[in-house]
Amino acid sequence: MPKFNVSVTVMFRPNILDPQGAAVERALKNQAGLASGVSISNVRVGKVISMTVEGSDERGVQERVKAIADRILANPVMEQYSVEVLEESAK
Amino acid sequence: MRAAVVVFPGSNCDRDALRAAELAGFDVRFVWHKESAVDGFDLIVLPGGFSFGDYLRTGAIARWSPIMSDVVRQAERGVMVLGICNGFQILTEAGLLPGVLLRNKGLLFLSEDVALRVENASTAFTSAYKRGQTIRLPIAHGDGNYYVDAEGLKRLEGEGRVVFRYADEPPNGALNGIAGIINERGNVLGMMPHPERHCEDILGSHDGKGVFESLMKDGVPK
Repeated sequence: MPKFNVSVTVMFRPNILDPQGAAVERALKNQAGLASGVSISNVRVGKVISMTVEGSDERGVQERVKAIADRILANPVMEQYSVEVLEESAK
Repeated sequence: MRAAVVVFPGSNCDRDALRAAELAGFDVRFVWHKESAVDGFDLIVLPGGFSFGDYLRTGAIARWSPIMSDVVRQAERGVMVLGICNGFQILTEAGLLPGVLLRNKGLLFLSEDVALRVENASTAFTSAYKRGQTIRLPIAHGDGNYYVDAEGLKRLEGEGRVVFRYADEPPNGALNGIAGIINERGNVLGMMPHPERHCEDILGSHDGKGVFESLMKDGVPK
């Protein structure tokens, strides 16, 4: 059975306050020297969950992982997610 | 009247909850989260703590513990379920209560006594209080910022299901100052403050014992 490297990125929904992202953004903006000439906004902090999943094809794996993400990895009340599936290169 | 206190790995208010329920007259047992049934109880308490280290999201992993499918079943039968702090977070994750508890607005973990207004004293959890009464209870949480979408908020407020509200500016940023809510049927209540920690004068206050005394008197499945 082929193996796939899957990463699920979970972020707060845009309408949900992200105090951690806001704190990071303030810190970035305070580092005037480091960030000079760069305009930074909309900093959000999320999380990435990576895993190896066996399956026959990429699409099937995508569907299975989405079902898991909907129920466990993300809480739809406050979060949204995206799933990236890459077939593990043959060794 | 029999009460169960469900113990998860990382629960840390389980003994306080047991003591508080005993003081009110309940016959109380601990039930480990790996059990498949929590049968024959009038009250099920999901205590405070940091189940599974708050990994993933608060309450998100505990919600899938074996015991939880029976907690949901018992709630559907009308058994009283009280979720305190982490227990409240688990109840929202399990879908027994609407909304979610976000990270505190100021990011800090808050451990302090707060003033609460009893907004609804005609529930089985609050009948020992008077409507509009102010009580003081401790909070101790990093994720207590209650949030629900606009439609959900309208329902909660319109149906009198906001049972406890922070009397002052909510320290955690909670929407409408919501500190505790109840389900439509009136048998599942979640609250961030800790009534079980204020049940004896030797601990500084007994403002919280009304919750357990109300349940002792009125917490009979209807």
